[in-house]
Amino acid sequence: MNVPAQGIDRVRQAEIVSRLRARLPAAAVLFQEEDTRPFECDGLSAYRELPMIVALPADEDEVRFVLQTCHALKVQVIARGAGTGLSGGALPSGDGVLLSLAKMKRILAVDPVARIARVQPGVRNLAITEAADPYGLYYAPDPSSQIACTIGGNVAENSGGVHCLKYGLTVHNVLRVRGFTIEGEAVELGSEALDAPGYDLLALVTGSEGMLAVITEVTVRLIPEPEACRVILASFDDVEKAGEAVASVIAAGIVPAGLEMMDQPAARAVEEFVHAGYDLDAKALLLCESDGTPEEVEEEIARMIDVLRAAGATATRVSQSDAERDLFWAGRKAAFPAVGRISPDYYCMDGTIPRRRLGEMLDFIGEMEKKYGLRCPNVFHAGDGNLHPLILFDANDPDELHRTEQFAAEVLEKCVAVGGTITGEHGVGVEKINSMCVQFTGPELERFRGVKRAFDPDGLLNPGKNIPTLRRCAEYGKMVVRGGVLPHAELPRF
Amino acid sequence: MQQVLAAFTEAVKTAGPAGRHLRLRGGGTKDFYGQSLVGEILDTRRYAGIVAYDPTELVITVRGGTRLAEVEAALAAERQMLAFEPPHFGDGATIGGAVAAGLSGPRRAAAGALRDFILGVRIMDGRGQDLSFGGRVMKNVAGYDVSRLMAGALGTLGILLEVSMKVSPVPVAEATLKFELPEAKAIETVNRWAGKPLPISATAYADGELDVRLSGAGAAVREACQKLGGERLEPAQAARFWAGIREQTDPFFAGDEPLWRLSVPSTTPQLLLQGRTLVEWGGSLRWLKSHAPAQAIRDLASRVAGHAALFRGGDKGAGVFHALPPATARIHGRLKAEFDPYGVFNRGRMYADL
Repeated sequence: MNVPAQGIDRVRQAEIVSRLRARLPAAAVLFQEEDTRPFECDGLSAYRELPMIVALPADEDEVRFVLQTCHALKVQVIARGAGTGLSGGALPSGDGVLLSLAKMKRILAVDPVARIARVQPGVRNLAITEAADPYGLYYAPDPSSQIACTIGGNVAENSGGVHCLKYGLTVHNVLRVRGFTIEGEAVELGSEALDAPGYDLLALVTGSEGMLAVITEVTVRLIPEPEACRVILASFDDVEKAGEAVASVIAAGIVPAGLEMMDQPAARAVEEFVHAGYDLDAKALLLCESDGTPEEVEEEIARMIDVLRAAGATATRVSQSDAERDLFWAGRKAAFPAVGRISPDYYCMDGTIPRRRLGEMLDFIGEMEKKYGLRCPNVFHAGDGNLHPLILFDANDPDELHRTEQFAAEVLEKCVAVGGTITGEHGVGVEKINSMCVQFTGPELERFRGVKRAFDPDGLLNPGKNIPTLRRCAEYGKMVVRGGVLPHAELPRF
Repeated sequence: MQQVLAAFTEAVKTAGPAGRHLRLRGGGTKDFYGQSLVGEILDTRRYAGIVAYDPTELVITVRGGTRLAEVEAALAAERQMLAFEPPHFGDGATIGGAVAAGLSGPRRAAAGALRDFILGVRIMDGRGQDLSFGGRVMKNVAGYDVSRLMAGALGTLGILLEVSMKVSPVPVAEATLKFELPEAKAIETVNRWAGKPLPISATAYADGELDVRLSGAGAAVREACQKLGGERLEPAQAARFWAGIREQTDPFFAGDEPLWRLSVPSTTPQLLLQGRTLVEWGGSLRWLKSHAPAQAIRDLASRVAGHAALFRGGDKGAGVFHALPPATARIHGRLKAEFDPYGVFNRGRMYADL
């Protein structure tokens, strides 16, 4: 999985450094190995490469200068936020400039009446909510890494979170971005009004993994904080029944604020870790959250309990306080690190499937466990049909690694076969680039390349990510976590 | 349906190299909208029907030529709906036309725009290729979001063969409240209310009257009615009123002045332009019936960081849509060339050179 560090062309490096230092302070243009080493990977540490140069612009003028310079010299530019991404979208290149937006972390404006915040790309996701909180507002998308991940990265990845069934993804909550093309031309996409003339380039740039433009300013929508929020923890004696219960909740006309599922092996692993008081005899646990006014929440919780019981829930508990709600969630949010404790390594997948295929998919994963002799606890964003099966293996055993790869390949193929996708929220990056070949045809991939050309004709922005060349279309890729430890291991991951 | 597809492919493949243009058209209910109508009509209604609909998935997949009314009826039978309330502007409106126009109705500020509900599309591009993007699932970050790019592209990038959309449950309770107040006060009020956890699903203001629709759980709507006060409309009267706003059959839209659509930040103060104004979307959408010069309207919209489109009537000579900055216009041109290299589809419908 490791991409070997390319030999860096020192002559070219020196030339680019000197060109960049004509405008940027020396401390903002790094090229010595001890300075560039921290940037060699993002949250997908299995892939590493030392960047030729790291540029740390402090403002838009410096971003524009770096882009213009790189465009003139035909140098690749890889934009990076906090580096928490899970698919290698910010993997550097030994031939390129890694453009860190970390210094651009000012909240430019919070307008409580218009309910918007205008921020620089390096602002952390949670910092936006913290800035909006005094006005009773918040920024809805809450990826699990929200204490560290930046809004620029969220736009690049179209990040989700546990509340996106009700409140949407990043694309639904960003009104406008300002940025620069690789040529250094300023573009404003979207608007602080609710739409903009022309094609919806804002949607195109959101989730484009830094391959179309470099974002320097983002206007996000803020929404009122709900007055009340409670969660139901429901137990099931059968995984399929839990899957059907999810469909029943939706069929009853309820869109819960959060709807998450864990199977027994996952619940046991996390209980040992966080002591959330989970029912360890249950084959599956569902977490169903309701938010709104206290009356509304009470009404919805009662309706959901009825539906869950009718669907065969063997037990239901409702959080009686915010502390208890946090406790119920704690286990779900600690699923990845908890699983990391019970196995030397694990593979995490991110497929999304139609909800009604959940039961079938779980059965399929069960069969694969037998077929390959490997365990695979499951956690899901059940409301969205977004799966995170975690295959447990030991990377020091070459046969186990091989079996894991085959196991994962079959699961991703199954996701596509049942009408789903290879990635719901972690992105393609370098990790799943080969899997794109299974989801899209040659002409579709060629159209993606056409979209890229429309923004970046020379292919200098983050090349080699997201969209495979036809030549590459050969095999699946997956996320490997060495030693069960993610970079930023302190962050919850779900 | 295979035969229809084959006919579409044939039409597209022969038009391109021959330098002919095709005008993609469903029910023709939005013929009034956009810059110019060029080319031989390709009737998209031949490719119609609901492909898949499972209410528990909250997703419907329909062929582009399907009547919007048919889609809405199928959803209503399951107590679901298209939350963005697309305007029909006539019985024959199709889902493909609705997506191409990209227009959303009264619920837009609360629930999101049409583009927000697009999960996937299947299109035929200018080379006659059958291409699928996105999917039928809620979360999908594989590849660029070409699906949403189709929303509002006015058919300039391809024929919409199929669209998959997220659908929503019909709210359990609904109420419409009426208030009398001046425009400046109404704009301030709807913005203030939008910052509170109130179940407001639509607002409309014209001629001293503000109408506010509440939708949601029974308890939430009841409480909000108490908090906000005002005069409550009868359900049938309220339904007629919102349909009138959505379909532009409300008396406000009558008269032969050109109709302008100004999209502006919600807190933009009352726009001082000659003519009559109807304010929707919590202040973000201002309909203007006015004979004021196009340039004056555009300049004012630009000054408040918004944009103006000549929606109905008037002289299209000065451009229907707000002009794009050069860098953005260049990207538009390149995208058009990628999707429709021969310039077959809806030539000039959005901008003269697309």
